[in-house]
Amino acid sequence: MDISKLFLAFLVGGIVCALIQVLIDLTKLTPARILVILVCFGTFLGAVGLYESLFELAGAGISVPLIGFGANVAKGVKEAVDSFGFIGIFKGPFAAASAGCTAALIFGYLACLIFKGKPKRSR
Amino acid sequence: MENSESYKRRVKVHSPHSKLLKNTLSAFLFGGIICLFGEIIANIYLLLGVKSEDVYIWVTITLILISALMTGLGVFDKIARHAGAGTLVPVTGFANSVVSCAIDNKAEGYVLGVGAKIFTVAGPVILFSLISGFIYGLIYYFLTLFI
Amino acid sequence: MQKITYLDKPVYIESFSAVGGLEESRGPLGDKFDLIDEKDLFGMKTWERAEGEMSRLALNIALNKNKLSPDDLDILVAGDLQNQCVASSGGLFTFGIPFLGLYGACSTCTEGLLVLTAMLTASKNYSRGASVTSSHNCAAERQFRTPIEYGAQRTPTSQWTATAAGAFILGKEKSDIKITSFMPGRVIDGYVKDQSNMGSAMALAAYDSIAAYFSENDPSRFDLILTGDLGSVGSSILEEMLCEKLGENGRTISSLHKDAGLLLYDLKNQDMHAGGSGCGCSASVLSSLILPKVKSGEYKRIALLSTGALMSTGSVGQGDHILGVAPLIVIEGEDL
Repeated sequence: MDISKLFLAFLVGGIVCALIQVLIDLTKLTPARILVILVCFGTFLGAVGLYESLFELAGAGISVPLIGFGANVAKGVKEAVDSFGFIGIFKGPFAAASAGCTAALIFGYLACLIFKGKPKRSR
Repeated sequence: MENSESYKRRVKVHSPHSKLLKNTLSAFLFGGIICLFGEIIANIYLLLGVKSEDVYIWVTITLILISALMTGLGVFDKIARHAGAGTLVPVTGFANSVVSCAIDNKAEGYVLGVGAKIFTVAGPVILFSLISGFIYGLIYYFLTLFI
Repeated sequence: MQKITYLDKPVYIESFSAVGGLEESRGPLGDKFDLIDEKDLFGMKTWERAEGEMSRLALNIALNKNKLSPDDLDILVAGDLQNQCVASSGGLFTFGIPFLGLYGACSTCTEGLLVLTAMLTASKNYSRGASVTSSHNCAAERQFRTPIEYGAQRTPTSQWTATAAGAFILGKEKSDIKITSFMPGRVIDGYVKDQSNMGSAMALAAYDSIAAYFSENDPSRFDLILTGDLGSVGSSILEEMLCEKLGENGRTISSLHKDAGLLLYDLKNQDMHAGGSGCGCSASVLSSLILPKVKSGEYKRIALLSTGALMSTGSVGQGDHILGVAPLIVIEGEDL
């Protein structure tokens, strides 16, 4: 195991979360808006090629935050355009990001079959 | 009587602020630990012989599964209350938003309750990631034509 | 202008009850509730039905306390926090009492008592009626905020919708608690758009009603001026405005002021941020804590203003200000 990569995963992941926390506390943006900002930012990082170098460096530190989801969208589009041309713009966006989406929706559906809602508690 | 501006000033004075330093620190710790955990299981999957290009997809799926279980057991929101962005920003937050919407709307039926409302928070994320990907695709396509 | 009605013949509160959930039982008033369900479900399958069931149980308990049957009631006024007030109609229809559904958001408790008092005073046909109010934390979270299991951090100004219901049986026969005066409030622009800062949005409405009522009444004759759910933020805004704008009277009112949202929970040990809210909050505090003290003579005269934040998820989404309303009633002890 590469200890320095583990440490960088912790550091980069932590810094991303801390920055977003500052954004939430100062702007009162709702969580849904935050998630949208994150994926769009991820697509941007992927598009300009910054994501790949961050990913080499920190691995899960940048792929686990929702930025990774957006970057995968960019990656999928790029690969699809490279191999299919214009139609790749339509084929691509979900190609590389579908695993996360599918997993969340399937597990979400399964969870609602198994679990019952519980009341919110103050502690 | 108060006017809008003077009252808004009054509200600002009386409304306590979020504990920025404490919140940021715990977001850093929780977020960092989740990502560290992701990196550790990535290494384990590699050792188990998972193809290197699939390793981080498996990490994402594993984290989503764990978040789904914790949401179902009612633990996720208790942790998130302290973690804030620490659990929201990683894929765990996305998974929690999907799973909590599903469980919450079960009583209204599986098609229009769960089926439609499962996308309450996930829908915008999916839509805007598609839009940003589409725009990037357009730009990238026309750049490849000219360069 | 608001019109104050002083009753020649008072209306009497014959019986009252409070029902609540686990968080309410953990608060300082926990042992004063008539019924607690620690699962918050009251034997029902959904939170929405649980809220209706709470109303039903509350009215049942209030009836039993005075050995009354539903046939002894001529009219029922009730309200809750759910869309189209389905908790009240769904929970109370089995009693078969003529029904008026009310919506005043969190002001519904005072609104119901006020409307019922007015009806009993106005018509000979009505000699006894009940007012029931409920709110359920989970039903309100689902309707107004996020799914219950959703992991979001609440801001320090946010309040906690109480899982509670209160029922009050009012009549013309003499008993030891009476309603002597009432005044509907005006709808006041709260200038706030933030759904998690409702105390601030309602404080102006409370101020408006208090200023109107005490322009012709002496606050020093009162033992308590109770607002419904301004929470810590709204309360401190209200008290500051009273002291600034109403001079000596304002300082007296401010010193007599308490807020039901700050009485229902133990804010040190329960993570409720700015305090409790919801129409069940003022209803359950009134019937578990305040009315027994009026009965025992500790309070001789109190003013109750439940405060309502008038908004919907749609109006907030469209960027409208949250409006406030605060009806007022005066409750006194009767020497029998």
